[in-house]
Amino acid sequence: MSKTPVQFRHNGVDVAVFVDGGANLLTAIREGVGDTAPKFGCGQGTCGVCTVLIDGEPHLSCITLAEAVAGRSVETADGLKNGPDLHPLQRAFMEHFAAQCGFCTPGMLMAAKALLDKNPAPSRAEVVEAIGGNICRCTGYEPIINAVLAAASAGPGRQRA
Amino acid sequence: MLEFRKEYFADERDENLNEIGKPTQRQDMVGHVTGTTTYFDDHKLAGLLHLKVLRSPHHHARIRGIDTGAAERAPGVRRVIRGADVPRNLNTLLSLLNFGKDDEPTLAVDKVRYKGEPVVAVVAHSEREAFEALAQIRVDYEPLPAVFDVEEALKAGAPVVNETYPKNSFEYHGRYDHQKLRFGDVERAFAEADHGLEERYQMSPIEHAPTETNGCVAAPETNGRYVVYTCAQGLFFSLDTCAKILDVPSNKLHFVGGTVGGGFGGKVDSLTEPLAILGAMLTGRPVRYVLGREEEMQFGSPRGAERIYVKDAVMRDGRITARKVTSYFDSGAYTRLSSYAVIKCAAHIPGPYTIPNVHADVYCVYTNRVPATAMRGFGVTAVDFAIECQMDKLAHLVGIDPMEFRILNAYRDGDMKAHRREAKNTALIECVQVAAEKAKWPIREEFRRMSSRAGGGGARAAVPHTPGTPAGGARPPAPQRTTYDRPPQPAQAPIFEPQKPSPSPPSPRQPTPAPATTQHGAARFSSVFGTRRR
Amino acid sequence: MPIAVKTCSSLGEAAAALSTDRGARFLAGGTLVMRAVNEGDLAVSTIVRATDSAFSEIRSAGARIAIGAGATMAQILAHRELDFLHPVARLIGGPAVRSAATVGGNLFAPSPYGDFAAALLALDATVSLQGGYGAREAPLEECLASRERSGGLVASVSLNRPASPGAFRFRKVSRVRPKGISVLSIAAHLPLSGGRATGARVAYGAMAPTPIRAKAVERALEGRTLDTAGIASALAVAAEGTNPATDAIASAWYRREVLAVHLRRLLLNEPER
Ligand SMILES: Cc1cc2nc3c(=O)[nH]c(=O)nc-3n(C[C@H](O)[C@H](O)[C@H](O)COP(=O)(O)OP(=O)(O)OC[C@H]3O[C@@H](n4cnc5c(N)ncnc54)[C@H](O)[C@@H]3O)c2cc1C
Ligand code: FES
Ligand code: FES
Repeated sequence: MSKTPVQFRHNGVDVAVFVDGGANLLTAIREGVGDTAPKFGCGQGTCGVCTVLIDGEPHLSCITLAEAVAGRSVETADGLKNGPDLHPLQRAFMEHFAAQCGFCTPGMLMAAKALLDKNPAPSRAEVVEAIGGNICRCTGYEPIINAVLAAASAGPGRQRA
Repeated sequence: MLEFRKEYFADERDENLNEIGKPTQRQDMVGHVTGTTTYFDDHKLAGLLHLKVLRSPHHHARIRGIDTGAAERAPGVRRVIRGADVPRNLNTLLSLLNFGKDDEPTLAVDKVRYKGEPVVAVVAHSEREAFEALAQIRVDYEPLPAVFDVEEALKAGAPVVNETYPKNSFEYHGRYDHQKLRFGDVERAFAEADHGLEERYQMSPIEHAPTETNGCVAAPETNGRYVVYTCAQGLFFSLDTCAKILDVPSNKLHFVGGTVGGGFGGKVDSLTEPLAILGAMLTGRPVRYVLGREEEMQFGSPRGAERIYVKDAVMRDGRITARKVTSYFDSGAYTRLSSYAVIKCAAHIPGPYTIPNVHADVYCVYTNRVPATAMRGFGVTAVDFAIECQMDKLAHLVGIDPMEFRILNAYRDGDMKAHRREAKNTALIECVQVAAEKAKWPIREEFRRMSSRAGGGGARAAVPHTPGTPAGGARPPAPQRTTYDRPPQPAQAPIFEPQKPSPSPPSPRQPTPAPATTQHGAARFSSVFGTRRR
Repeated sequence: MPIAVKTCSSLGEAAAALSTDRGARFLAGGTLVMRAVNEGDLAVSTIVRATDSAFSEIRSAGARIAIGAGATMAQILAHRELDFLHPVARLIGGPAVRSAATVGGNLFAPSPYGDFAAALLALDATVSLQGGYGAREAPLEECLASRERSGGLVASVSLNRPASPGAFRFRKVSRVRPKGISVLSIAAHLPLSGGRATGARVAYGAMAPTPIRAKAVERALEGRTLDTAGIASALAVAAEGTNPATDAIASAWYRREVLAVHLRRLLLNEPER
């Protein structure tokens, strides 16, 4: 059966992939692009391990039709670091032991990035809200929340408490 | 935050520790935060096929017939797998330790015993094609009465869940339908107690819900070997299980794993590996079998349900003098690891307390529910929940602070435990003290000063007369000490008034020859199960 | 057979595509449609989507507001004039669900979903239904009642701003926060005249197969003051006409049992706990 071509920007680079009809964006990224940072945890929008940014907004790639991102910009955790330099969120997650099995981490990072890109000095409640769609079964949310807050205070908008 | 309380047992510890008490970065952390940690599903394999299984819609039914004709002809289908295609279609996980009888098929043949049991597998080019083929399989079921309650299942006339165990209970030592613990005389203690308390506790099944669902990818390698990328928690346990089911030498299988997207016990059952490897054998192509979230939640094995009855005797001064526990583990339709959980449970009763009379009966029961498995402390978690609820109620009953009540009854070094081993390196008293302090829960000075190292042993080291056990047969094994064990403290005045001497005084301890210096781990393990090694 | 995807530039074209193919499913944000596809739901053989930009526009003229059915919860939250709907939109899923979940999709989300639809119901919203040849207006209530059968495509939803800022109230009862699925939700529009309720509208989510109006409650509130004595008769009939489901979130019994408690808190404007 024929496949459909989809072109989009993936972590700043133009890519083109062929997808089956009805394929979701997660499959397109993992199998088409070969970026396995976003994970499959449920395929139902309930766990958040597949979270990516589409034009800067957080989206669940497993419940996004691949064809719907044609011409748009998609960011995944694989694009977070700048060359060898880790993103402040990545450093903060390391320093605050915000991962155990690591399966939720790529999604958590993207949900947190969506927040910090818009709100560089979030309150604790805002962090909780931002990662509210992401489930972590190992670490517990405290270290993750602390890591996001630490990354925020290390970043540009550290004025607000 | 983590805190290392060095003041406790300070004299027992080497101060020059390099790692303990200091934060250490995980070696896999960089991979985690960059999204480059490789889980089983992150391997790219050319020509990958997808496996999906048809599951039973019934809790209990006879299979009269299976028609896979249309599915075999469906577009994209490479292979339909039925029970007859599985080389050894009956297994029990702990058979690798020679414990228990083979009772679970990889694909159901004559009967389905729980809703969600795998019946047929389809290997196809895409997941969609596999789903479409599954929809074309016709299974003729004759529904049978089902049983979901552990106590109902043990009654005469209950539906037989699993013909391997026609009494709906696991068989220990080839003949007992439960595990027993007898220590002292509970009935006498109940008769003499100031108060009695009997309660019923229950815990529902709990799903591990790992963020990564169970799954694996198997592919032919060279030399007739198969490589298996898997999230199995016990990699070699799974390898040997697959070798047995597929009837191949274990050196034909090459398991790659170790990176698990959350397991918590739910990834020890080899839920997907045997079929994926069989799929790869039958098609000569890489085969991926991953549970969907709904499959994981509904049919991935949970922590099993338990029902627990606890009856205690307690004196006005707070001493618990007897504890009687009857507990039922809901194993679901097959054994998996519940038989072992029952042994752990029996060994854990009466909890970390020194109680002179203990009586326990623990059953591993089959019902038409999803088979249960390991989960973080399984075997003791639910009974601990029951015991600690009970402790609060007992404290209330005798009007003693619940923290102090626990310290009062806590085991101490040198005490005799109900399964006839000396309590060593105990630390419950200190744990309660720290918990009280952290919770700003006031406890009296004398309780703050108590220690696990003082007040134990002496009369508390005795094995009481136990009705029904041969006289003198209850002698405890000689204590086995290692260099890690705290040295025994001189016997001190017991914290309670000495117990009334039992009618027939325990026989004096015989000097027992020291045990062999080392014991092989597997031999020790099988001695727990009371079975010989193969 | 792989799924066919039809991308239509106009809603009329999409409506026509839907009406000719029984296996066709309209995809808006896709939060529910893609879930079905991922789980192997064979009832979906064609996905129809619309790229018409008007489909997700929000327009206001005076007190009347028209929300394109393709507008997302995130869009609602970014729109100042829809501030009265912000507390509702903020409670739909997590942020990543809200950037996809649409207003139109919420009208078709099976119970216990449909919190936003319950709010629209209390605001007496009307829908614009797109057929292959043209559009027609219908009350939202009618659209919800026939949603399983009609297969109609909703182009937009229209409503009036609430009579006063405090007149519109919404409660979502869930066990997990944030992001919990509804045990139930209650929306009410309570215009007052001389301190007494006139033309009250009360709607429930998750209390029936679709969001429903609580008509007995509305009648019982007519002309009453919103105090303990005034709402007593409304609370007595709170569960009338409800038919909740037993699901993983709550039992039907529980939903019926707690309904009046939450209705009381909403009517008395008690703080949420
Ligand atoms: C993790 C998660 C949490 C959620 N939490 C909530 C919640 O708290 N509250 C809640 O109410 N819902 C919730 N939902 C359900 C759902 O996301 C929302 O109801 C959403 O508004 C549905 O919109 P959609 O655009 O994604 O629908 P889609 O998936 O695109 O469509 C859903 C259905 O509606 C039909 N449809 C869509 N648009 C139209 C239209 N314009 N005309 C006719 N038919 C149409 C589709 O054909 C389909 O049958 C949740 C979902 C997920 C995955
Ligand atoms: S895999 Fe996308 S939300 Fe779980
Ligand atoms: S670290 Fe395992 S799920 Fe979060």
